Amino acid sequence: MTGAQALVKSLKLQKVEHIFGYAGATICPIMDVLSAMPEMGYTLVRTEQNAGHMASGYARISGKVGVCLVTSGPGATNLITGIATAYMDSIPIVAITGQVPSHLLGRDIFQEVDITGAVAPFIKHSYLVKDANDLPRVVAEAFHIAATGRPGPVLIDIPVDVQTQEIKKFSCPDEVSIRGYKPSIRGNDLQIKRVVQAIARSRQPLICAGGGVWLAHAQKELLELAERCHIPVVKTMMGISVLPTDHPLNLGMIGAHGNHCANKALAKSDLLIMVGTRAADRALVNPTDIQQRMATIHIDVDPAEIGKNMTAAIPLVGDVKVILQQLLEKDVPVTDSDAWLAQLRDYRKAELSRVFPKREGYVFPGTVLRHLGRKLADDAVVCVDVGQNQIFTCKHLPQKHGRLLTSGGLGTMGYALPAAVGAKVAAPDRQTLVVCGDGSFQMSMNELAAVQQAGMDVKIVLMRNNTLGMVHEIQKKAPYHGPYGVSLDGSPAFDTIAAAYGIPSITVNDEDTLDTQLDRFLSTPGCCLLICEVHPDMSTTD
Amino acid sequence: MKQTISVLVENQAGVLNRITGLFSRRAFNIESLAVGPTDDPTISRITIIVDSGNNMVDQVEKQLNKLVDVIKVRTLEENNLIGRELMILKVNATNKTRQDIMTICSIYGAKVDDISPSSMTLELSDTPERLDTFQTMMRPFSILEVVRTGVIAVQKGSGKI
Ligand SMILES: Cc1ncc(C[n+]2csc(CCOP(=O)(O)OP(=O)(O)O)c2C)c(N)n1
Ligand SMILES: [Mg+2]
Repeated sequence: MTGAQALVKSLKLQKVEHIFGYAGATICPIMDVLSAMPEMGYTLVRTEQNAGHMASGYARISGKVGVCLVTSGPGATNLITGIATAYMDSIPIVAITGQVPSHLLGRDIFQEVDITGAVAPFIKHSYLVKDANDLPRVVAEAFHIAATGRPGPVLIDIPVDVQTQEIKKFSCPDEVSIRGYKPSIRGNDLQIKRVVQAIARSRQPLICAGGGVWLAHAQKELLELAERCHIPVVKTMMGISVLPTDHPLNLGMIGAHGNHCANKALAKSDLLIMVGTRAADRALVNPTDIQQRMATIHIDVDPAEIGKNMTAAIPLVGDVKVILQQLLEKDVPVTDSDAWLAQLRDYRKAELSRVFPKREGYVFPGTVLRHLGRKLADDAVVCVDVGQNQIFTCKHLPQKHGRLLTSGGLGTMGYALPAAVGAKVAAPDRQTLVVCGDGSFQMSMNELAAVQQAGMDVKIVLMRNNTLGMVHEIQKKAPYHGPYGVSLDGSPAFDTIAAAYGIPSITVNDEDTLDTQLDRFLSTPGCCLLICEVHPDMSTTD
Repeated sequence: MKQTISVLVENQAGVLNRITGLFSRRAFNIESLAVGPTDDPTISRITIIVDSGNNMVDQVEKQLNKLVDVIKVRTLEENNLIGRELMILKVNATNKTRQDIMTICSIYGAKVDDISPSSMTLELSDTPERLDTFQTMMRPFSILEVVRTGVIAVQKGSGKI
C-alpha cells in the first residue's frame, strides 16, 4: 500500500464522501487513487481559495468535516484565505496540500512553499508528514482536532514522495489520544448553580447566541432555555438563524450593523448570557461598558475566549450543548420578565414594520429580502457575501428554520457562491440561495462553472449597485472626503456572463413587479441569476 | 511585572516556531526564552519570562494551552522559585588587569574557562540580576562578547509542574 492509498483509506475511515480540490503535479498520486473510487464525490473548484469556502459550506450544512485537496506552491498559497476564513468562524475543515519531494524541502525548488509555516497564525493545527506510515494516525488526529472542542481548520502537508512511499502496515489507532489536546466538555457544577441563581434574580435577562450554538448543534437546547425562562434572544452574525424571525423571543442581530431593537435590549438588560460567542468587536462594540453595567455569563468551549475581549462575572467553559443540558436539568426558574418582554416586543414590532425607502428605477435591498424570505422553503440555506448586501440580509431577511451562512469573522468577499456549492453538495435537496454584491460576485463568479458542471440548483441574488457599497458608505462620512476607488465601472453585463455559462437571469428594477419576478426566479429550474438594480447611495441604515 | 511561565511541549520539529509565532501574533512580549530536553526524551521544557500584567499572563497561558503540541503550562510563583541563567563572558585581560578580574570572579563565584595573553573567558551561572551586576563590573575592562542562555526555573519544594 502506498502513502496515497493509505491517505484515501484513512479519509474513508473518517466517512469522507466528498472532496473539493484542484489538481497539480504534487497531488497526482492521490488523484490517481481517487480516480478509481467513483463513490468519492469530487468538485473541481475554479480557484483554490474557493475549495476552502466550499469545504466550509459543506461542513456547516452537513455537520461533518469538510475536506479540500490542492497542490503545492501556488495551490497552497491560494488556499490560505479559505483557511483563514474557516479559522475565524471556527469551521471544521481538513485541508490536504501536496508538497515537493521531502529530500528537496528547503531548497526553493519549483512550487515549494512552507505552507505549514505560512498558515500557522490562523490554523488550529497542521502536519508536515515525512513518513507515510504516520498518515493513518495523522489523518485520524486531524479530523479529531478539526471537529472537537472549538472546531477549526487543520492542514496536512504531504510531500509527493511520501504519497508514493510503500508503507509497512496500515495501522490506525482506534481512538485518538493527544496528550496536549483535551477539550473541556462538561461545565463546572458550581458555576452552573451560580448561573441558575443569576437567572432567578434577573428581571431583564438577555441571551446572546453566537455561531458556537450551531457548532455545538445546540439550537434546540438554546430555544428551550429561552422559552422555559422567558428570556429574549439576540444573535451575533454567526448565530443569526438559530431562531425564526417570527419567534416572540427573537430580537434580531446585535452589533454595529445590527437591528435597532437588539441593540436597545442589550443596552437595557440586567443580565447578559452569552452562549457560544467570543464577544468580538462587531457584536459587542463596547465590552468594558457592558461588563460594568450588567451581570454577565459567558458560556464557551474555548477557555481563551473568556476574559479575552470581556471579563464575564460567571465564566462557564465547556461544550455549549452539554452546558445548556446541564442547566435544563436544574430547575432553571421562569424569570419575572413580563414587563421587559412587553417593552421589547414593541421595539421589535416597530422594526419589522419599518417602511423602506423607494426610488424610481431601483429596488431597495431590504424590500427584496423581505419578499424573498417569505417565499423560501422552511429549511432554505442562504449564503450571503460581504458588504451592504450582507448587512441588509442579516438585518432584514426573514428567517424560518433554515440557515444563513456568511463569513462573519474575516468578512471575506466572494465567500457566498462557493459556500453555497458546498452546502448544496451536503444537502442536494435543500433550497440553496446566494445573496451577493456586484463586487463580491466578481471575486468568485468563476465558480458558476462548478455550479454548472454539477448541474446545481443554486439561486443567486445579485445586488447590483455598481460600487463597493459598504466602503462607499463609509467614505461618505467624516473624516473621509467621499467615495474613491470603489466604482465598479467596467463590470460586465451580468446577464451576459450568466448566459455564457448557460445560466438564465432576470433583472428587477421595479418594486411593483418584484413579487412576480421573485416567483419566476425561484421557479426557474436549475441555477438562475436575479440581478437587482440597487441605487449606489442606499445606506444600510436606511 | 515579570512572570515566569514554564511550558512542557512535544519534542518535535516546528513546535518552537508555533510558540514564538503565537507570542508575536498576540502581541505578547518575550523577555527571555530557554528551551531544553527533559528527562522524558519526547518532551521539551520551555521557560518563558514575560513582563506584563496578570490579565495578559492569563491570556498567554490560555493561548499556549490551545496549541496542540503544548502539554502543560504553569506560571511559577515569583517569590518561590529557583531561576538561573548561564553567562559566558569574554573580556580583555592583560598582565596588568588579570588579577583584578580574578578578584571579582572569586567574589561572584565565576569560573575561568579560557585564558589568552590578551583575554579571559569567564563563566557564571546565577540569577539574571547577579549576572547583570557581574557584567557591569566587567565593563571597565572592556568586554569582548557576552552570551547568555535565558533563565530556566523551577518551583521550590517537592512539587512539579
Ligand atoms: C477580500 C476582501 N477585500 C476587501 C474587503 C473590504 N470590503 C468590505 S465590504 C466591501 C464592498 C463589497 O462590495 P459589493 O460586493 O459590491 O457589496 P455591496 O457593499 O455593494 O453590497 C469591501 C471592498 C473585504 N471585506 N474582503
Ligand atoms: Mg456593490
